Amino acid sequence: MARFRVNGVEQELDIEPDMPLLWALRDELGLKGTKFGCGIAACGACTVQVNGNPVRSCVTPVSAIEGTDIKTIEGLAINVGGSKQLTAVQQAWIEHQVPQCGYCQSGMLMAVSALLDANPSPSDAEIDGAITNVCRCGTYPRIRRAIKSLSATA
Amino acid sequence: MKLTRRRFLLGTTVVGGGLLLGYASTRPSKHRIANETAGSEPFLTTWLRISEDNTVTIIVPHSEMGQGVHTSLPMMAADELDADWNLVKVEQAPATDLFANGVLVKGFAESLGATVPRFLDGLATAATMKVAEIMNMQITGGSSSVRFTGELGMRAAGAAAREMLIKAASARLDVPESELSTSLSQVHHKASGRSLSYGELATDAALFEPSAKPQLKDEKDFTLMGRSIARVDIPAKVDGSAAYGIDAEAPGMLYAAVKTAPVFGNKLLSVNADAALSRRGVVKVIELENAVAVVADNFWRAQQALAALDVTFETTANDEVNSQSIYDQFDEALSGELNEDVLEGDAASALASAETVVEATYRVPYLAHAAMEPMNCTVHFHDGKCDVWTGTQDNLGIRGRVATVAEMDENDVTLHGFYLGGGFGRRLPTDTNTIDQATLIAKHFDVPVKTLWSREDDMQQDYYRPAVTSKFRGGFDANNQLIAWENHYIGKNEPAEAAHTPYAIANQDIAYAESETHVPFGAWRSVAHSQHTFFLESFVDELAHRSGQNPYQFRLNMLSDKPRHTAVLKAAAEKAGWGRNLAEGHAQGIALQESFGSIVAQVAEVSINPDGTVRVHRVSCAIDCGRTINPDAANSQAESGVIFGLTAALYGEITIENGQVMQNNFTDYEMVRLKDSPEIDIVSVDSGDALGGLGEPATPPIAAAVANAVYILTGQRVRELPLKNYRFTAAPVETAV
Repeated sequence: MARFRVNGVEQELDIEPDMPLLWALRDELGLKGTKFGCGIAACGACTVQVNGNPVRSCVTPVSAIEGTDIKTIEGLAINVGGSKQLTAVQQAWIEHQVPQCGYCQSGMLMAVSALLDANPSPSDAEIDGAITNVCRCGTYPRIRRAIKSLSATA
Repeated sequence: MKLTRRRFLLGTTVVGGGLLLGYASTRPSKHRIANETAGSEPFLTTWLRISEDNTVTIIVPHSEMGQGVHTSLPMMAADELDADWNLVKVEQAPATDLFANGVLVKGFAESLGATVPRFLDGLATAATMKVAEIMNMQITGGSSSVRFTGELGMRAAGAAAREMLIKAASARLDVPESELSTSLSQVHHKASGRSLSYGELATDAALFEPSAKPQLKDEKDFTLMGRSIARVDIPAKVDGSAAYGIDAEAPGMLYAAVKTAPVFGNKLLSVNADAALSRRGVVKVIELENAVAVVADNFWRAQQALAALDVTFETTANDEVNSQSIYDQFDEALSGELNEDVLEGDAASALASAETVVEATYRVPYLAHAAMEPMNCTVHFHDGKCDVWTGTQDNLGIRGRVATVAEMDENDVTLHGFYLGGGFGRRLPTDTNTIDQATLIAKHFDVPVKTLWSREDDMQQDYYRPAVTSKFRGGFDANNQLIAWENHYIGKNEPAEAAHTPYAIANQDIAYAESETHVPFGAWRSVAHSQHTFFLESFVDELAHRSGQNPYQFRLNMLSDKPRHTAVLKAAAEKAGWGRNLAEGHAQGIALQESFGSIVAQVAEVSINPDGTVRVHRVSCAIDCGRTINPDAANSQAESGVIFGLTAALYGEITIENGQVMQNNFTDYEMVRLKDSPEIDIVSVDSGDALGGLGEPATPPIAAAVANAVYILTGQRVRELPLKNYRFTAAPVETAV
């Protein structure tokens, strides 16, 4: 039995201990917001947060996250009195019209949110070092602008 | 190109009130059938519906893959309609032939149905497609949605509906139409201060005959077109709710992982499935002609079991092919008989008498599309029918393909469209290997089966941008004037003019040799422009330097009969501060290209890293697409095009060894990431000319712009991509002023 919390909800799954968290989330729990991109931690589309840290779920076996708190894109927005309120990062993504095809953006948002939680005003070099996710549409200029707009107000 | 503008407009009353307006270029009879069979929530055929609650629903027959078409097309209809944007809803057209985009085809073809649209002509299977099939497409490609569907269809539909609403208001208020005006989804009678909402008028308006030639607005009267409007698809893309084909879910669904013959064209010989079948969750192992699939209750389990299979594929002559043998084959073809592309003046004589002749051979490798969403398709056969869930650049075409593969009537196939996790040409109806596999696999079941490819499958079973070799000779006379241009290249693909130079050169000999390989090829963002612009704009740059001329001025001098090109080149140079003093170790390169009706010039500011690799700091990009509909979204497309082209220039390389692709994943097929993404400045040079496309035109120039800067920094002319294969040493070249 694999046991962990996802977006605050306790989960208990009868799955193989070596099943990557990505497939447990998508195919067992039906949380499709976390995306499959490469399967080898090379693109970041599958990024979720484990105890607040960005983790590439496609190479993270469920045995490695036993008992942890997992946050996925579905759990990023804040629950305010029963309704979802987008985080400042999500709002900045709309303000700067960041996504194009949008497929990589769940992972991008989880990685950027984790970065800004840990380092509210990252330098360009720190952004480059932390956000290594691939966006095939090339939304990078807007991603940087959106992150900068958040750091400025931090 | 002459655009046929015959139109059929049909208006009708919605059951329960309201107006439906359809615009069609084909099949009015089918539209009538649609009316007659419309149920309680009917909609006519194409494009817009005004409801009694005053909402306007605009139905878009193109797929959203990040290019913003679900926003820009509705903007065009809503503007002509004078609709309140806040009351506009957008729907994706269903995949039925009532929504086939014949308008797009008309935009390409001189007369209805006469020829295959040119941008499809060179694709893998276009030769086998009938015009009738192409008329049935809902294609999203050729940078065509806004300039054809939007300009010829959406605007007319909006304008016609507005005229009908005015007629209805005139009758209702008993005032002449000339005293009425419209704004924000209302008709106003200024003299009496009365206003009626579109919703109140819609049912009456439907009684009027729509005009086949509605009066379109002057540009000065636009209220939405030309303004940056937030894209309607973005909110769902920041909270994880946007659904892609890979997210399709249906009760009882199974998952398939597939191993396809790594050598293109080779077939499956044998499979020992014992080890796989005993694994948890595995339901079935299915043999296909050139592949084997494992179907399980979870994709990961299917994938694990697939790895445990013992599979043998046949060996053929294709196993002997490698990248070098392909390039050798190209060289041999180019030394044989060639097909004429452009013949002007007498290039051979001009070269023979030239004071100076410059020769160069360029080439580029195959490239994969590598869309972020791995290829997938979910198929469910049940009760003699078939449901398909997938994201495509042509829902109707893919519906037809599934029907063909399944040997069913296409009316028994329902295609459920999704957002696309990247298209770039890979999800066109010419590239159907995943769709075919998914259909054949699902035929074994009466539950839905999702076939999903790994990244490795995607990388190794693509329809690649073709590798091309291109040889040049340029000749200068004694006055240092370029008098001869010879360009012999491999494989004429679409668009037909991709290898044509925009510069005024008196004697031109442009010719090509066909040289088929076993590597499947397809349309890759900007199609043949991405290779040829690198060749053309690099060689022109070589000619400038070899004749001691400034590469920017050299180009300008040969564009005196092309005011749009001149304006765009100047705008890019001005934005970049061409010729200004740059930071130590930086240099600029410039390139220009017209594609898909738009003209783009780019200046790249580049330096060489300490390890000898290339760093692009800034790209100044000027675009003339005639007129911009949604400027911020247009800028997004330009930024995207630059980075897509930059990835190809810096990293893109698919190599063939022993008949198969050697690259596997993003580790050996690298992408530009945030760390090497340049600053990009976009300058819009709206000439007011016919609308050009935007999805592709920013991709072609960047490779040459970067390579031309590398030359100034190093003295080394880059004649083969990608740049990752070089380790440069700084050796700055003096450039003419």
